[in-house]
Order: sequence, then C-alpha cells, then structure tokens
Amino acid sequence: MPDRLDRRGFLTIGAALSGGLVIKLSVPIAFRPPWAAEAGPSFNPNAFIRIDREGLVTLVMPMVEMGQGTYTALPMLLAEELEVGIDEVRLEHAPPNDVLYANPMLHFQATGMSSSIRGFWTPLRQAGAVGRTLLIATAANRWGVDPGTCRSQKGVVLHSASGRRLPYGELVDAAAKLPVPTTDSVVLKDPKDFTLIGTSAKRLDTPDKVNGRAQFGIDVRVPDMKIAAIAISPVFGGRPKSLNEAAAKAVKGVCQIVRIENAVAVVADHMWAAKKGLIAAAIQWDDGPHATVNSSDIIGQLEEASKKPGVVARNEGDAKKALAGAAQRIDAIYQMPFLAHAAMEPMNCTVHVRRDACDLWVGTQVPTRTQSLVAEVTGLPMDAIKIHNQLLGGGFGRRLEADGNVLAVRIAQQVDGPVKVVWSREEDIRHDMYRPYYYDRLSAGLDASGKPVAWTHRVSGSSIYARYLPQIFTNGLDHDAVEGAAEPPYELPNVHVDYVRVEPPGVPTAFWRGVGPTHNIFVVESFVDELAAAAKQDPVAYRKALLGHNPRALQVLELATEKAGWGQPLPAGRGRGVSLQFAFDTYLSQVVELEVAFDGSIRVHRIVCAVDCGIAINPDTIAAQVEGGTLFGLTAALYGNITLKNGRVEQSNFHDYPSIRISEAPHIETYLVRSAASPGGFGEAPTAAVAPAVTNAIFAATGKRTRTLPIDTVLLRSTT
Amino acid sequence: MAFTIKVNGTAHTVDVDADTPLLWVLRDVLGMCGTKFGCGIALCGACTVHVDGMPMRSCVTPIGSIGNKAVTTIEAVGKTPEGKALQQAWLDLEVVQCGYCQSGQIMSAAALLTNTPKPTDTDIDAAMSGNICRCGTYQRIRAAIHRAAGMREE
Repeated sequence: MPDRLDRRGFLTIGAALSGGLVIKLSVPIAFRPPWAAEAGPSFNPNAFIRIDREGLVTLVMPMVEMGQGTYTALPMLLAEELEVGIDEVRLEHAPPNDVLYANPMLHFQATGMSSSIRGFWTPLRQAGAVGRTLLIATAANRWGVDPGTCRSQKGVVLHSASGRRLPYGELVDAAAKLPVPTTDSVVLKDPKDFTLIGTSAKRLDTPDKVNGRAQFGIDVRVPDMKIAAIAISPVFGGRPKSLNEAAAKAVKGVCQIVRIENAVAVVADHMWAAKKGLIAAAIQWDDGPHATVNSSDIIGQLEEASKKPGVVARNEGDAKKALAGAAQRIDAIYQMPFLAHAAMEPMNCTVHVRRDACDLWVGTQVPTRTQSLVAEVTGLPMDAIKIHNQLLGGGFGRRLEADGNVLAVRIAQQVDGPVKVVWSREEDIRHDMYRPYYYDRLSAGLDASGKPVAWTHRVSGSSIYARYLPQIFTNGLDHDAVEGAAEPPYELPNVHVDYVRVEPPGVPTAFWRGVGPTHNIFVVESFVDELAAAAKQDPVAYRKALLGHNPRALQVLELATEKAGWGQPLPAGRGRGVSLQFAFDTYLSQVVELEVAFDGSIRVHRIVCAVDCGIAINPDTIAAQVEGGTLFGLTAALYGNITLKNGRVEQSNFHDYPSIRISEAPHIETYLVRSAASPGGFGEAPTAAVAPAVTNAIFAATGKRTRTLPIDTVLLRSTT
Repeated sequence: MAFTIKVNGTAHTVDVDADTPLLWVLRDVLGMCGTKFGCGIALCGACTVHVDGMPMRSCVTPIGSIGNKAVTTIEAVGKTPEGKALQQAWLDLEVVQCGYCQSGQIMSAAALLTNTPKPTDTDIDAAMSGNICRCGTYQRIRAAIHRAAGMREE
C-alpha cells in the first residue's frame, strides 16, 4: 500500500510520573480504521519515550518483534539522534493505542508489510533529536554558555571548551519544563555523521532466546490458569453436532468441555489431559454448506472468472492493438497455491474474561484490531480489554489476524478463571487463514528484435483487503493483489493490468510473508524470462536492455549477476536463474544456481542476492533477512501447497506441509549497494524474489518452464 | 500416578498419566517453558531435551519411560561446556530471529558436540535435520556450531 505522506512526527514533551523526561510522538496518518475512533486516551504521561533520572532510556515499542529485528533497528534510530548507546535503551511492548502507536504506513497499530523502518525512520530520529536538543539546552543554560558550543555523546552533554560534562539523568527534570522545539528547528544528523545507523549493532532481543528465558505468547502462565485444547470444525463453516461429554470429563485432569459455534474446547490442568479429553469426546460435526468443496472446483472457478475483463489496475498505451501488430506473441497462465503460514509457535492465546474486564496475553501483530474485535464479542468497552503483547514465535502475516484471539475469548467466556487456548499443529495448519490461490493470465507481444511492445496481465484471486481494510478496497481494485504486477521495473510501452476478484467458497484468505509481491514477482519475473527465451536472448542482457530508465534496478541486477558469475560455464544438469524486483521501496536481485537430477529432484546450491534498500540501518539484520526470507520463499516454491478435499484441508503437519531443513539449505550471499536514499522495507522482499530465480534456473538447466507452484518435480524428470 | 523425575539436577514429583509426554510435564506441570511445543509428533525438534545426554523429542517421550534418567533442558544446558560455547556462538553470529525453535536447535547441537567435538558439515546435517527453523537461520546455525566447536578446542 504505497503511502506518500510526509511522515514527520508531531512531538510533545512532559515530565514522567516518576521524574524524568517524556517525549511523546504521534504521526500523521491519512485515515483511521473504524475501531481507531474509540482508541484509548490521547495522552499518556508514560508513553513512547522516557528518560529517567538514571539516564536510562525506555522506548515503548509500537512494533512487535517476530524475528525481523525491529526491537534493535527502531531503538537504533532513536539512539543515533539522542546520542545514547543502544545498550542504554530499554524496551517495553506497547499497549493497544492507535492514537499513540499507529504505524504511519498502515494507518493503525500493526506490524507488517515491511513497514516499520519506513514508517518510523523520520519520526523516531526526530524524537531523538528533540530529546538531544532539549538536554543540550538545559545543560547550556545551567553552565551559562551557548548551546551551539555544546554537544552530546553516550548520554552525556559536553562543553569541550571548559571540559564540563553533565549526564542526561541530571538534566531530565529541568528539560521536561522547556517548551518543545518545533520540528523545523531541530536538526537531524547528516548521515555521514551516523555512528550507529549503518553498523551491525547486536540484537537486543536475542540473549534470552538462547537460554529459554524469552517469553513467547505460548509461554505465558498466570495464576490459576487452565489449558484448553481445541477442535475446530474440519469443514470451514461447520459446527459441532454431538459429543461425548461424559467420556471427555472422565479423563484425569479434564475440568470442563466448552462448545462454541464452530469448535469444541476441552479445558484441563495440562495440555495432554486436554488432548486426551478431545479424543474421548469423539465429536461429530455438522459440516455445513462447504462439505463438497475441492481444490479443483476452486481452480475451475478461477479459470472461468479470469476469462472476463477485470478492474483496471494500470493501462498505458494500447496493449490490445500493439499485441495484434506484434511480430511474435507469447501467452501464459501462471498459478500459485493456497499457503499456510506454519509459524513455529502454534496459534495460542491466554484469556481471562470477567464481568467488567478482559485480559489477553498473546503475541499479535495487531493489538488494536484484536482489542476492537474482543470488545465486540464481549460487549465490553475498548479500555476494559487489556492486551499484554508477547514475543512472537514467527508472524509471517498469520498474527495479523485476530481469529485465534476471538476464538479464545469465546471459549474463555464460559470458563471461570484464566485459560490458555493452545492449537495443535494440525489445527494450526487446517484452520489457518491462507495465502490466496492466484490464477494469472499474461500475454506479450515482441517486435522483430525481440523487444516487448505489449504486455497484458490479469490477476484473479481473493481480495484480502476487501475483508481486512475495506476503506482501501476502492472501485473493486485490491492494490495488494496487483502489487508487483502493475508496475514492473521494466520499460514496457503498452501495458494493461487488471484484477478479477474471486472468493473461494468458505476458505479464509489472509496476508502471507511478501504479500502481493510474493505472488506477482514470481509471475512477472518468470514471464520476462519467457520473453527473453522467445527473443533468443540472454535473460540478464534482455532485462538490462529494458532498464535504461531505472539505474537502481540496473545496479542490483549487475551486482548480483557479477557476484554469481553469470555466464560462466556450469556442468550438465546445472542452471542459473535470475530475478529482479522493486517492492517495499527496496530493489533486489537474486541469482540462483541449482541442479536438476534425472529423477527431477532439485538441489539448490547457491543463492546470491544484491540489495539496494536505501540507507541500511543494520546490515547484519538485512543479511539475516535475506537468508531467512529467501528460505521462506524457497520452502513455498519447492513444497508449499494447501489443498482441499471435501471441504477439508488435506495437510496437517510438517510431514505433508514440509519446511526446508538444514540439509537442503543452500549457501546464501548478500551484497549491499551503498545508497543515500531513504530506507526501504526488508522483511519480505527476499521471500518474493526467490521463486522465479529458482524456476528460471530450472529452465536454464532443463529447458522446462514451471508455471505452477509448488514445483512439480515429476515434470522435470529426464525422458531419456 | 506419581512420577519422580530429575530435571536439571532437581527431583520433581508429578501426578500425571504414564503416557503424558515429558514436554507437557515440563511446560504445564513444572512451568519450565524454555522447551517448546512445535508439532507434537517429533517432526520439528522444537521440544528437544537431553535424557541421559541423548537428544530426545520430549513431545513423544512419555513420562513413564524416563525412570531415573537425568533430564537436561535449555534452562540448564548453559552449565555444560558444549551448551555454553553454543549459546555464545549463537550470539556472536546473531543466529536467532524469532527464537522459538532455538531452544531445540541448541539442545540438538549440544548433543552433537558432546559426541562429535569437531563435526563436519555432513555430521551437522545428520544431527540437525530434525530441527525446523521457519525463520531460515540454518546457515548461521551451521557456522555457529563450527565456531562453538572451535571454542571448545581452545
């Protein structure tokens, strides 16, 4: 969702309740989702950034940590301008509050879409600079010197001429009484003077993650808490018909059986008792209207719908006419499957519902959305719903949804006391909200030299935004569904891209790491490769010829291919494939080198990734995201496939919904382009880039084009 | 029925059925939540602990099978030279992303180093392929095991 707002923050300051300086920051956003109107108090004296009398800085983290490193990168932005060491910054999970903690790019308090750095790049540095300016002014005032002759370093204000120094902690109370400087009067540091931004600062969240101390949502324990195991109707929309409550209750440790609309929960002293209780309950289901839905029906429905024109996402020139007049025409259909998220931490939520209040302990990407939905379910006011956010054992978009939290609340409404609802892995896979199945039709026309003169792309699939944030689903166009398709980085003279919304019956769809680009970059970068092949040209040379207007894209393509040794000979059965993208305000190019064996099996040996994400906040985190994001996308390309039979998801655990393992993991290299541009998003970009680089490499190795994911290795078998 | 098990050197008596997996005894009965639940059927390795030094998937290890054997979990593995070196290497190389699987990864790696102080890449593949990391930290896990093995040599 592109957002071109100037994201300068509005800053206010004040004194903390316990003494010290508070900097409150709020960021301008274009609109608020419906639930935000009721958001909590607009002034909280302990909000956002506090500096106490010991000089310790507390940053209330608006974004949540799910492995992406935001608990290090955002404090780096603040610490750089405030002139403190990153080790002097303490972090607190933010409570739900869209007024204080909205993500400026997403319009509400949400961590997703690779937006944290982009959203907070300017406001958090401004907040740090305001703090520094105030503390220097306070010290200068005390010494009777010009603030311009002072500077600060590592939490201390220095006056070099006299050698005097005052630590921040001794200045905060006086600083809190000063008027807040206008943002225009506060000078941000020149990037060449950065001492923290651009360094691979150590992560703040990791020490407790190697010794078992880190607390994820599933680790929460509150006094007198029970544990609940759940069974949700195997068919979407079904409901429990009957169950053997007496048998379930006879299991030692089982306390209570709870029935809600679409599920049964067994509440027990511990998970094993709850699981045994579920088995003993022998639940019978009323399957409801979706009991006959199969994957083939959904695909057939998409195929049919995609024959008719959709809502136009981009139209330039006259693609139809140019296609008719082209020297050569290429047509292709691409398909991508439903995908589950399968975060390592299965879905869970601990809830305590009382007459007048409700507490939730959960790792969520969307605290205010959760709060609003829980208020609706319980009939309680928003401020009676407390969300105690926890570390997330993987998000990947799954925890942008509050379905699991609402389900837990519905169960907890019938339980006297707190209850931790834990999903089995089977429930987690079979009742995910899935990356939509997409069905894409493309056509291109080439002139006699092989250059594209026409490009059409029709995306068909579910609209997540129509459900999730209807305000931005305008005129039937889902910008996420066409992101990466509407604006390929190449010079294309006549372009027509449209979108057909098709909702699969009963199957809930949701965002998945890499969102729109993870689907569209595969399609676009595969199809460009097809055009290069049709033009009998090298895929890299072909792309370069279309990038005259796009120097940053050209540079990452050149860097990746140079480092990968593009063009150097390879043994038989091996191939290299390339991809290039601009997504999340980041340029990225990957080269995959792989081997296809006689039986069609694939071994990916090496992946080289070149990145221009603007100013790199923490280069080591970027490398980590390249490594991890790429493997997340590679898992999907090789294995990811959720299918339906008789209304039921056929997969259930890691044996039939596999994840790549260490023995299959290729070596991944990251090369950063030095850039002075504003930072781009990064947590998702590599996930989008890898699939086309893999299938293009398969084409290079075998001459076979993969247009449907996951890759069917049977089709790659040698036919000798 | 009551079982007495020795976890990280301390004896605990718990009253559960004999088929109760060690995982849920640790997490829900004893409140030791460093050992993670990931799949429940020994496919992901998140719940790995040591039983008499052997890496075991605690989600499929019934409490009734433990007897007098010593259980070691992530909470105490740092007291062993292998565990300590691995935890340090994990931090030195910034292995961790979300961190959820890392308890199991470190437990598997510690058992590997105990038996094979200088593992090859093939040894690492064999010992660590049962541990899934959805964040994809494998490259760094491999490097960190080699680094920890190096530290142990010094």
